[in-house]
Amino acid sequence: MKTVFEKSVADRRGVRPCRSDVESSIHLRRNYLRENIAELPELSELDVVRHYTELSRRNFGVDTNFYPLGSCTMKYNPKMTEVIASNEGFANLHPLLPQLRMGGMLTQGALGVLYETDLLLREITGMAGFTMQPMAGSHGELTGIVIMAAYHREKGNRKRKVLIPDSAHGTNPASAAIAGYEVVSVPSNAEGVMDMAALKAAATEDVAGLMLTCPNTLGLYNPHIKEICDIIHGIDGLVYYDGANLNAILGKCRPGDIGFDIVHLNLHKTFATPHGGGGPGSGPVGVVGKLVDYLPVALVVKRDDGTYALEYDRPKSIGYIAPFYGNFGIVLRAYAYILMLGREGLIRVAENAVLNANYVLKKLEGYYDVPYPGVCKHECVLSATRQLKNGISALDVAKGLIDMGYHPPTIYFPLIVKEALMIEPTETESKETLDGFIEAMREIDRLSREDPEKLKSAPQSAPVSRLDETAAARNLNISCC
Amino acid sequence: MPFIANTKKQQQEMLDELGMTMDDLFADIPVELRCKSFNLPAGKSEQVVREQLAELADKNATGLTCFMGGGFYDHFIPAAVKAIVGRSEFYTAYTPYQPELSQGTLQAIYEYQSSICRLTEMEAANASLYDGGTAMYEAMLMALRITRRNKVIIDDSVNPIYRVIIESYTRNLKIELVQTHCENGQVNREEILAALDDETAGVILQNPNFFGCIDDFSDIAEAAHDKGALLMVSCYPISLGILKSPGEMGADIVTGEGQSLGMDLSFGGPYLGFMATREKYVRKMPGRIAGKTEDRQGRRGYVLTLQAREQHIRRDKAMSNICSNEALCALTAQVYLSLLGKRGLREVAQLCADKTSYAYQRLTAIPSVEMHFKAKYFFNEFVVDLPCDAADVVGRLIEKGFAAGFPLRRYYKGMENSMLIAVTEKRTKQEIGMLAEALEAVL
Repeated sequence: MKTVFEKSVADRRGVRPCRSDVESSIHLRRNYLRENIAELPELSELDVVRHYTELSRRNFGVDTNFYPLGSCTMKYNPKMTEVIASNEGFANLHPLLPQLRMGGMLTQGALGVLYETDLLLREITGMAGFTMQPMAGSHGELTGIVIMAAYHREKGNRKRKVLIPDSAHGTNPASAAIAGYEVVSVPSNAEGVMDMAALKAAATEDVAGLMLTCPNTLGLYNPHIKEICDIIHGIDGLVYYDGANLNAILGKCRPGDIGFDIVHLNLHKTFATPHGGGGPGSGPVGVVGKLVDYLPVALVVKRDDGTYALEYDRPKSIGYIAPFYGNFGIVLRAYAYILMLGREGLIRVAENAVLNANYVLKKLEGYYDVPYPGVCKHECVLSATRQLKNGISALDVAKGLIDMGYHPPTIYFPLIVKEALMIEPTETESKETLDGFIEAMREIDRLSREDPEKLKSAPQSAPVSRLDETAAARNLNISCC
Repeated sequence: MPFIANTKKQQQEMLDELGMTMDDLFADIPVELRCKSFNLPAGKSEQVVREQLAELADKNATGLTCFMGGGFYDHFIPAAVKAIVGRSEFYTAYTPYQPELSQGTLQAIYEYQSSICRLTEMEAANASLYDGGTAMYEAMLMALRITRRNKVIIDDSVNPIYRVIIESYTRNLKIELVQTHCENGQVNREEILAALDDETAGVILQNPNFFGCIDDFSDIAEAAHDKGALLMVSCYPISLGILKSPGEMGADIVTGEGQSLGMDLSFGGPYLGFMATREKYVRKMPGRIAGKTEDRQGRRGYVLTLQAREQHIRRDKAMSNICSNEALCALTAQVYLSLLGKRGLREVAQLCADKTSYAYQRLTAIPSVEMHFKAKYFFNEFVVDLPCDAADVVGRLIEKGFAAGFPLRRYYKGMENSMLIAVTEKRTKQEIGMLAEALEAVL
C-alpha cells in the first residue's frame, strides 16, 4: 500500500485554516526562517480519511479479534470512557491553570478526579498514597526506583544493587539500570517461582531493593511472598511490586497487606483504558506511609472546606517526573471504569480472568507442553516444544493463529520458557470465544503433525505474509525523506 | 457484572470442567495474605457514572479565552482527526509485535517518523516518547551514551518544567548539569562557549524558547561539534511551518512536545514526546522504530526494527526502559499533519505569528505595559512587563473571562511583574482587542 506521501498531488488542499483577520506584520530576520518548506502531503480531506481508514483495516484490535496477548491484559475498553474523556470540561483544560493564583479553584473537577482515583487505588492495593504522574508502567518503575534511591540517600544507606527475578519483564532491569543501580538477576526454581536459596545468597547489605511481579510472568503466585519481603526488609531494602498482573488478584489480596513498599499499576491493563497501538498508558505509583513524603510534586490534597488543591511544598519529594499530573485523560477513563464496576465488579474481574485462563490451560494441556503445571492466575504459559519436533515453532503457531482470526499470544516470553506461548484471555471474553480459540490451537497442533508446511507458510489471510525483519534492520529504511 | 460475558451458568460449567470451585482457583494465595480490606463503593450504571463525571467536568473553568501557552497550546483541531483516531482498530490494538496484523499501526508510525524528519530536517525519528520533557531527558541520556562524557549544559530559557524533570531523574547519577543564562531573550554565546569543554556531552537549547523568543543556533552547533559535543534542541512543531529547522541549524538530537499537532490540552496529557536524530546515532536512540521491509511475495510491509536496543531484548543494557509510549498520539499528529498538509501547516504557523504580532502591538500600546526583552524576535508567545505583580493581574483577568497569560515569578526570580502571553490561530482579532481593553482596565 502506498504511503500518504506517495498519494500527494501538488496544490491539492485538505483542511484549510481560518482566514486571517489581522495584517501580516511579522518581520523576522531571514536567518530565523526555514529555507525549504516541510514536504507534508497535499491531499483532500477525503483522501486522508480514506487512507487512514484503509490502514485501520490492516490492524487487529480488541474490537475486531480475540487478542490474548500475554502480560498485556487486552480486555474490552468500554466506550463510555471515551465519551467522558472527550467532554470539553476535561478535554479543553489547560494544565497551567492550577499554577495561577487561586488557580486550583478553576480546576476543581479535574483535581477531584485525581484525588478520588488516588483514594480508590489506595484501597485496591493497600498502599498509603499514590502519584498519578507516571505515563506508563515502565515510567512508574523508574519513578519507584528513584523513590527507593531517595529513601536510601536520606538514611545514609550505601546501596548499589537491585534484585530482579529472571522471569521479570525487561522493563524492570532497564528501569533499575537507568536510575543508576547494578542489576542482579535471581533465578527461578523448578516450580517457576523465585529460588529462595538464591535470593538469600543475593540479599547482601548493598541491596537497595527487589522488584517483583506477583503473580509472576508465568502466571504463578509465589507462596513464599511474605518471606521474600521479610528477607529484603531485613537488610533495609524496599520491595517493589510490579502491578502488571494486578488483574489476577483484585479483591483477593493486596500488595500493601503482603509487605510491599512501592507499587506501580498499569491503568491501561487492569482498568481497561485503550492500549492505543502502543500507548498512551498510565502507571500510577503507590507507596507505604514511610515513603509518602518522597512522592513526586505535586500531590492533590483535600482541604477542610472540601475543596481540592495541589501541594507543591514537599521538601523530601523526588521532584517532578512529568510536567503536570500524568496522562490525565487515561486516569479519567480508569476512574470511570472503577466507579462503574465497584467492589463486586472488580472481584468478579479477577475471578473470571483467572477462570478463563485456567479453562484455556486445561483444554490445551493435552496438546501443548505445560512447563509449570498446576493452577495459574490470569494467564497461562504453554510451550511449543512438542510441535517443534515436527519443525513447528512458537512463531509458526502464532502465524497460524492469524489465519484463523486470532491475535497470537505473547511468544518467546518469559525468556526462561523454551518456545513460550503466553496466553492471557482476560475476563471480558466469553466461553464461546475461548472454545473457538481452543479449537484453533488444537487444529494447529494437528497441522504441525499432518501439514506443517501450511503453518510454515502462514499467514496467508493477512495483508502481508511474513516480513523480512533481518532485511529491515540491515537495509534500514525508517522514513521516506 | 459489567463487561463480563460469561453467565453464572457458564462459569459453573467451566469450573466443573476444571473440577474446581472458584475458591480453589485462589487457594495458592495464603489465607493470612488475603485482603485486609476492599472497601470500595458499589458499582454504578453507565448513566449514573456519566452524569457524575459530567458534573465534575462542569466544575472546570474551560470557558476562559485562552492566552496561556508555556509549551502547551490551544490550537484548532479539525474534526477528521478525531474521526480517524477514534477508529477502534487503532485504539484497541497494542504494540505491533505481530507485524502481519498490525500493518495499519506500523505504516502510520513509519509515516509519522517521516513527517517528524521532514519537519525537523533530521534523518531518523522514533515512534514517540511520553512528552516533550521526558523526551529531553532521554535526549540527554543519549548524548551521554554517544560521547561517553558526563557534563551537560542547559540554558535557563529551556522550559523550566523540563529542567526540573531532568534534575529529578539524574540525582542518583554522576552527571554534571551546568546552567547558562539567556540574555535579552536569546542564548548568551559567551557563557555557552566558556562552559563548553572536552568533557561536555552536549548543550540543551529550545527554539522558540520558553519566553517565545526565537534564535538561530547554527553557531552553537558548530562550537559544540568542535569540542566533540552534541547540540540538542527542543522545538515547537507548529513553529516549524515557517521557522528555521533544528536540522538546518546542525542539531544532533531534536525533541519536543507534539501536543499542538491535534491533541487536546486535557489537563496535561496524554501528550506526545517526539525525537529525531542523525542517521549515525540511530542505534543509540531510545524508543520503538518502525522500518520498511518486504514480505515473502516481495510486497512492501513494515516491522518494528532495531529492537536489540530495547528493554525486552537488552534488559539492563537497553537504551531506555520505555515500553508503552504514546502511539495513538503519534497517529494523531500524523493525521493532523496530513490533513493540513504542506501549505496548511505553514498557514497555521503564519497565522500564529501574525496574530501574536497584532497582540504585541495592542498590548504594548497600553502606556504601562512594556516588552520585557529588547529583541523582538518571537513566534507565538512573548513576555510583557506590567507595572505591578503579574499574578494579581492574571487573577483579575480571570474574573473577566480570560486566561490572560502565565506569570513568570513561579520559575524566574526578578520577573514578578512579567507575564508570558501566547496567541494561537484560534484567537480572533476581536478577542485580542478585548484582552487589551480588559488588561488596561485592571492596571
